[in-house]
Amino acid sequence: MSAVAAHSRSRRGAGLGLLAWLVGLLFFLPIAWMALTSFHSEADAATNPPSFAAALTLDGYRDFFGVGGGASPWPALINSTVASLVSTLCVLLLAFPAAYALSIRPVRKWTDVLFFFLSTKMLPVVAGLLPIYLFAKNAGMLDNIWLLVILYTSMNLPIAVWMMQSFLAEVPVAVIEAAQLDGARLPTVLSRVVAPIALPGIAATALICFIFSWNELLFARVLTGVVAETAPVFLTGFITSQGLFLAKVCAASLVISLPVLAAGFAAQDKLVQGLSLGAVK
Amino acid sequence: MTAMTTAPVAAPAPSTGHRPPAKLRAWATRAPLLPALIFMIVVTQLPFVATLVISFFNWNALYPKARHFAGVDNYREVLTDADLRQSVGTTILLTVSVVLASLVLGLALALLLNRKFRGRGIVRTLLIAPFLVVPVAAALLWKHVLFNPEYGLFNGLLHYVGGPQPDWISNTPLIAVEAALVWQWTPFMMLILLAGLQSRDHEQIEAARVDGASDWQIFRHLTLPHLRRYLELGALLGSIYIVQNFDAVFTLTSGGLGTANLPYTVYQTFYQAHENGLASAAGVLVVIGSIIIATFALRVVSSLFREEVSRA
Repeated sequence: MSAVAAHSRSRRGAGLGLLAWLVGLLFFLPIAWMALTSFHSEADAATNPPSFAAALTLDGYRDFFGVGGGASPWPALINSTVASLVSTLCVLLLAFPAAYALSIRPVRKWTDVLFFFLSTKMLPVVAGLLPIYLFAKNAGMLDNIWLLVILYTSMNLPIAVWMMQSFLAEVPVAVIEAAQLDGARLPTVLSRVVAPIALPGIAATALICFIFSWNELLFARVLTGVVAETAPVFLTGFITSQGLFLAKVCAASLVISLPVLAAGFAAQDKLVQGLSLGAVK
Repeated sequence: MTAMTTAPVAAPAPSTGHRPPAKLRAWATRAPLLPALIFMIVVTQLPFVATLVISFFNWNALYPKARHFAGVDNYREVLTDADLRQSVGTTILLTVSVVLASLVLGLALALLLNRKFRGRGIVRTLLIAPFLVVPVAAALLWKHVLFNPEYGLFNGLLHYVGGPQPDWISNTPLIAVEAALVWQWTPFMMLILLAGLQSRDHEQIEAARVDGASDWQIFRHLTLPHLRRYLELGALLGSIYIVQNFDAVFTLTSGGLGTANLPYTVYQTFYQAHENGLASAAGVLVVIGSIIIATFALRVVSSLFREEVSRA
């Protein structure tokens, strides 16, 4: 490669790096603007042209947390936390043994079983919503957070089985056979041998299940009311406010997105690994 | 540790020929699978069967006593209903345009981020953020903070260049919804494609470069074929989620102005019109449509792990 070509390549490389920065900032701009607006007073938030240098205040956050009256978001935040964490735990408990049966000691026709799991993801939520609603109504389970836990578990289980199947497939069979020769029974093999090796994959699975549960709206909107309301349902209360409380809307959106943003930023690599489902290696 | 200490006692069992009968062993293999399988069937398949049954009844929740078997009336009504037919078209248009746009943008971004440059990690973090914002929050952000005709950021910036101040959501409702969704899904596509790019064979690329292949030739003949499965996976997962999108339509337009997709229409039919039978018939039709797409998509996915099948 000639020096001239290398030089032009490196100059173009710097240009493309700059372009990447520009696009990155462009994609982040709405979130940055939302963050800035959340620290403005309502009057400064709703101006045209936008006020970049207005005084900062925590009023938006005070309003959101209901300091000066208004609905407190805490019950909704707690409901979301419980529903997301418990359903993620249930998913892991169900998906881990299933993934073992599909990858390490594959049952016959295991690809068909895997396809069945994925196909339930293609069954649109709306196609089962009405019977679930009627069942919940008759069983007195409407506006009950545990119903959401069950539904979120079923929502994420197929993805979790898929992801874990591919992660467990990487556990060397020889290690497992050695443990079994030593007389270890299945629960011991799973918890002491397989789980430690597959831990990064399990963490990625848990992260994605948590994010999808935290974000879910349709089930929560139809099946909860006052008591079991989740954070996204609480946010829908802002839809008709026509931006009258722009700073409050921004503060609310940021606070409710914070757990997911934090988890996602902290585990970027795992997210990539998990999202590609480990299916393509 | 218990496993280790009991090992000598338990170990002889398999070697002495007292192996459990084949049937029992087959069940032992299946057992770990059963809880997940049974749970999925009960929670997803039973409600669908119930939806199927309800779809043949004329049943308005406000007049429960008037409920009666109606045969295929609901299906006839759904298929001839102009609103519903339109929402089928909207769903297809929304899904195809958002998946394609976010795939192409995601590919461009993945190629940009696959190069080494100063601050690459920060740029990646900035780009992931839209995917991590709660969908309802993202939709609220677009509706109030960006699109608002009076004090939204878009018109605020247009103000500086003296441009027009359109009412984005009223003028181009579907494009407004699509823009918000593309913003959310491009990072997702980028993540998957970036994982694909990083698994490329670097020696092969170097060899091609030494042989004088241009960047475009390397992209066209090496990178793109390698990325095919990642593009398919992104399209498949994106489609599954965007076909079922409810949050953006519900929040941005409340299904108005011709943006109602099928999930929103079904939601409205049963939640607001209380037409249980009609809603169920519409739901069943959504499933039939999904099965057609899924059959096609599963063929694609099956190619994703054709190599792994040999394991069974």
